[in-house]
Parts: sequence; C-alpha cells; structure tokens
Amino acid sequence: MTMFTVSGSPHVHGNESTGKIMYGVVFAMVPAALVSVYYFGLDSIRVMLLSIVACMFFEWLIQKYLIKGPITLNDGSALVTGILLAFNVPTNLPGWIIIIGALVAIGMAKMSFGGLGKNIFNPALVARVFLLISFPVQMTSWPKPVPITEGFADVITGPTPLAIVKEGLDAGKSMSELQADLPAYTDYLIGQMGGSLGEVSAIALILGGLFMVWKKIITWEIPTSILVTVFVFSGILWLIDPAYNPDPFFHLITGGMMLGAIFMATDMVSSPMTRGGQLVYGFGIGLLTMLIRVWGAYPEGVSFAILLMNAATPLLNMGFKPRRFGAKPGIELNK
Amino acid sequence: MGILKTFALGGVHPEENKLSANAAIETLPPPKQAIVPLGQNLGAPSKPLVKKGDKVKVGQLIAEAGGFISTNIHSPVSGTVLKIDNVIDGTGFKRPGVVINVEGDEWDEGIDRSDEIVSDISLNPQEIVDRIKQAGLVGMGGATFPTYVKLMPPPGKTAEYLIINGVECEPYLTSDHRLMLEKSQEVIIGTRLLMKALKVEKAIIGIENNKQDAINHLSQLTKSIDGITVMALKVKYPQGGEKQLIKAAVNREVPSGKLPIEVGCVVQNVGTAFSVYEAVQKNKPLFERVVSVTGKDIKKPSNFMARVGTPIQQLLDAAEGVPENTGKIIGGGPMMGKAITSPEVPVVKGTSGILLMKKEESSRKTTGPCIRCSRCSTVCPMGLEPYLLTKASKLGKYDIAEKEMIMDCIECGSCQFTCPASIPLLDFLRLGKGKVGHIMRNRNKK
Repeated sequence: MTMFTVSGSPHVHGNESTGKIMYGVVFAMVPAALVSVYYFGLDSIRVMLLSIVACMFFEWLIQKYLIKGPITLNDGSALVTGILLAFNVPTNLPGWIIIIGALVAIGMAKMSFGGLGKNIFNPALVARVFLLISFPVQMTSWPKPVPITEGFADVITGPTPLAIVKEGLDAGKSMSELQADLPAYTDYLIGQMGGSLGEVSAIALILGGLFMVWKKIITWEIPTSILVTVFVFSGILWLIDPAYNPDPFFHLITGGMMLGAIFMATDMVSSPMTRGGQLVYGFGIGLLTMLIRVWGAYPEGVSFAILLMNAATPLLNMGFKPRRFGAKPGIELNK
Repeated sequence: MGILKTFALGGVHPEENKLSANAAIETLPPPKQAIVPLGQNLGAPSKPLVKKGDKVKVGQLIAEAGGFISTNIHSPVSGTVLKIDNVIDGTGFKRPGVVINVEGDEWDEGIDRSDEIVSDISLNPQEIVDRIKQAGLVGMGGATFPTYVKLMPPPGKTAEYLIINGVECEPYLTSDHRLMLEKSQEVIIGTRLLMKALKVEKAIIGIENNKQDAINHLSQLTKSIDGITVMALKVKYPQGGEKQLIKAAVNREVPSGKLPIEVGCVVQNVGTAFSVYEAVQKNKPLFERVVSVTGKDIKKPSNFMARVGTPIQQLLDAAEGVPENTGKIIGGGPMMGKAITSPEVPVVKGTSGILLMKKEESSRKTTGPCIRCSRCSTVCPMGLEPYLLTKASKLGKYDIAEKEMIMDCIECGSCQFTCPASIPLLDFLRLGKGKVGHIMRNRNKK
C-alpha cells in the first residue's frame, strides 16, 4: 500500500532561506570590498581572506568539538561575520590580531550565546571593540589610501578625518584651520580617506544598502533613522557654532557611519523586530554616536552606540508591538 | 479602474498554479458505496436518524443537527444503510459515519431536478433561513460553519453588507471560479436570497484579479441589479479570510475576538450562495458540491460535481489516476488544507479540492535557528508575532501567548510559508491556540 506524507499546513514554502539572506548580504558588500582593494591594495585582500577563513574555522571548530552539533558553515553567517570583521579593521593590522578578533567574534560573541540567532550583540562589532580596547595602537594606525593604479607604494599611515577634527578641535583650532588637512567631499564619497577597510566609500556602501532594501534583507527604518538623527544633531551644533563644529554631511560620510548604519546596525539577530522599535533603535544609535564623537574620548562612536542599542533590543521588542488587526477601537455601526 | 483594493496588514503571494481553471465542471456518477461522516460542520456532530437496513433516497434526511451550531445531513445517494460505524474522515481520525450501499439513483420527490432557473423570490426572510437550516448548509469555503447561524444576527446587531467571497486565494483551487463562470445566475439569485434573509440593501462580490473572466461575467450580469457590486481585488493571500476580505472590501476591522456582524458584515462563500439557491429555489439539500482535483503532475486537472460520501479515489480516477510521483494528498489548498491519510476518505461538505503534491514537494525542509528576521511578523495578516508565540508555546508560557493574542491567529500559514529558517511556526501556534483556548474556557466556567 502506498504511504502518503501527512503534515500540518501550509504544504508549500516560499523558498526563502537563511543562506539566501546571508549570501545576499555578502553580495551587497562586494562594492565596498572592491573599493578597499582599489585604495588599500593587496593588504585589503589579505585581511579579508584571513578574517573569513579564521571566522569559519572557529565556527567549525566550536560546532564540531565543543557543541558537538551539526556543522552549519554553509548558512553563510560565519562568512558574513568574517567580512564584516575585516571591514571594521585597518588593512595594515597584523594577522595574529585578526585571528584573535575572529575568535572573539565567533567564540565569545556568537557561539557562547548559542550560535546563530541567539547572540545579543553583533559579533563583528564585539570583536572590533575588543580589538580597539586591547590593541589601541594597531587599531588606530590607518594606512593612507593610494589608488592601486598608482602602483604599490610603501604604506604610509595617517589619521582618519574624524581624528583630525577631534584632535584639532581639542587643541583649540577652528574648522577652517583644519580644512587643509581634510580630504575633499568627493573623496569621502568615493572612499579616498583613511579608515577601516570597508568603511571608507559611502557610495559603495549605499549601493549595497539599496540592494538589501530592494531584496528585503534589511528595512529602510534603521539606516534612515540613524542617519537622520546624526544629521539633525550635528546640524544643530553646526548652526550654533560653524567655526568649531564640522557640518552635518561630514558626520554622515566619515568614519564608520555608513558602514554602521547600513551593515552593522541592521543585523537581523541583534536589531529590533518591529518598525517602532527599529526607529527608536536607530534614533538611539544616532544620538549615542554623536555624543561620543563630540564629547567622548574616542573620535568615533558608531560601534559603541550600536552595541549599546543592541543591548536595548529585547526591551524594544517588548515595548513596540506590531499593529494588531482589529485592535483599534471599532467603527461606529448600526447607527 | 483605480488601484485595486486589498487588506492592509501582511500577506504573501504563493505561486497560484490554477491548473484546473479552464476545466468545466463535470458531474460524477454516485459512488458504489457512500461514506457519510456525521461530523461535517464546525461545531457539534449531527445525530443519525437511520439505522442498519433502512432504505434511503437521495436528499432524504439521515441525520439531524446535534445542537445550535450543527447541521442536518441528507443522503447523497439512494440505497440501503449498511452500517453506522466509525469511519476515517479527512482529519485522519475515526469518527461516526453512515455507510450506504448504493442502489440506483432515486431522488426524493420534493427536489426540483429541472434545469430551469427559478429567479422569483417568493419566501420571506424567516422562511429563507428555515430552508437553509433544513437543507444542512455550511460554509463551503472550507470552514464549514453552519450557514443559518450567520443569518441570524444576535439581538441588537444588524447587518449592513453581505459580502460574497469569490476570492479563492488558495493556490490551485478553482471550484469557486468555475461556479462563478458556469452557475453565475444561480450564484446571483443565491446572493439576492441571502440579502433578503439578512435584510441588507448592499452586497459585494469580492473576486481576486486573477479571475478576470469571472469578474467581467458577474459584473455584466449584476449591472441591472440594485445593491450588488462586483469588486475586483488585488491578488494577495489570505484575502479569502473573512476578516481580511471585510477589510479589503469595506475597510472595516473586525475587533479582536469578535464576529463580522460587529462591523455590520456577513460573509458567505460563492459556493454557499450557489447552495442557497439550490436549497431555497429548487428544494435541494446540500449533498453534492464542486471539488477541484489538481496537482502539478496530475494528467487531467478537473472540477467535479461530486456527491458527499464519494471516496476521493473515485475523483482521482476520474482525473486519470494518481501519478507515480505522488507524496501527499491534501484535502483543500496547499496553504490551509489538511493532509489526508488515505484515498478512501470521502468527500464532505467542506471539501473544496483534492491536491496531489509531488514527492519532492511533500516533505518539509530542514529547520534552522530563528535569525530574528521578523518576516513572520511582517507577513502576518493579523499583526501578530509568530516567532514569539511559537516560543511561548514551546516553553508552555500560555499566559504570554494569550497576552500576545494567539487566539487571533487565523492559521493562514503565511508565517511558516515565509520563514527562511523553515520553522514549523503554525504547528506551534495551533498547539498554543489549543492550550490557551482550553485555559480560557476553564476560566470562564468558574
């Protein structure tokens, strides 16, 4: 007698998969990766490969020998963490530091919470902040961008635009005095400035972001609310005193702002689930970033801001519920 | 035509696969043996009125309503009652049913078997409701709620709109589509009867835009009829859900835990409207219905007018057999239908279709961890958070599940359909609903 499968409805599936989402994110990171190879040369490839291999290796190692569960490397999540970690460090970072970063990202921030989907904090960001605090010198020596077309010059390091402004303003200089040391705005947009591997090109990152919004991998709410908050906050400061505050566009396109808003804060696992929660989350990240940038000890605050708001995500999920069908007060009837 | 209307929250768009859309309705001969389950409606099962050895005619009352939310059952065939015993029904459980050995095809004399369309409505509202109750009508879309109950608004509530559900948002199914094309006059008269029974002036026939021929045809026929509008709707699942259809058609939201009458609406399926016509105008009780037999590999996707009690095998044979590669038989559509254990299960009043799935489509994908993408929540037409309700059900936190409104779940399956980790969300939602429902009933008793 023929036996038939019996299972509960629905009997069809929409063909979405975790892998598809993760590889979609990888695809969205390609433009930024290409820009970094263009400006930082082969070092950029070295960092990315090392970070990817190390992240995937640690995930495999932990799943096989510590958890002794299924190996899920092909879901692409370790790959995404690997690339994001590489995006968040300077290209001249020694290999052993990258490997430590990968161990922190996968081992501490992801697997110790139970693996994919269970982590509270964005693994790549935890690793970045860990490295920043542990190896402040190596993590803040930024190679100057030299287009690959101009050959392989000796790597010269220099400060990021944010650091130039922070130190300059702290030393009492005005923005107009600092202007000479800063790249032009067009350079910021295409990525010709000092910074972490994947954060320099605003245009490449925005392209990736648009792709992800189109493919519904991320929502528009998180990046938009972060960027609007930063723009408004810095805009107010700039209007009050343009001599000692960079203009709002400067804050939007320097440092890890775009990378953070588009790729780091939007991580599904560690960001809120509902629109309301996402808007508040984005606002919090924007606000905290600006507080750190303007009044904090570090020139850059995106990573800290995102991690702090990651911690608020469970609360935001509890506080902001989707609009329930039929929850609105009824309409007037039977008049 | 402006922008097509639809419901606001959530929804998905599964592949439509309306393979049998062009197959005209064929009438199947009665089976050799009819198996008539006694529980064919939502609510209490019916009580049998016949015993072993009794002779019955087609249309004869063989079981009466077993409570307020229950219905009469009429014999779909003529012959001798073989036994009243437990039979396997579409749910896979053994439940009481009447088994009749078929002899000839002798109909009850009271039934008007002519093809003539009776369009004059002579009965008053109460008489119409009584006929519908007597004829054992249930919602034909699959939920099988007794029709007459919906036609008796509770005191203090009145209906303003009758909404006829011609959405047929389930992929594959085409029985309502064919009825709208082939029995359009009857459907419209049925609609007028329902309007009269409900004392409403306005009726809307909601049809999704993938059935353009039905929209045009019914629009043409209702042009001169006051009060009946045909409304084309944007294709989106689960628009055939009562609450979603009301939202799409008249932009009203049925409050949580309440019935459509709360917002002045009564929704009836196209198939029900047709049966209302037959019951009231032709004095024919509900003992046969249109069933789509479909599937990607099936040789002849069809729509059959089949007697209740006909084993599904007979329908499959008429559609030129079960393909080799069949892994699953579904009673209903792929989103909300039930998997059937054996082809010996009979057609019942709520069987809108038989769908055969290929072996490779039959098994679920491997489940992964939830990545908190919130797609389940985004597509939920009720604005719920399936991931959270699933977790609450898994952990037995039924108080949380209740607070997060698990009872509002309409079990449409959109969440599970869309989940990238292939988590069986609806399994857990059903479990949680069952438990929470039980807890709530116990609490109300105290």
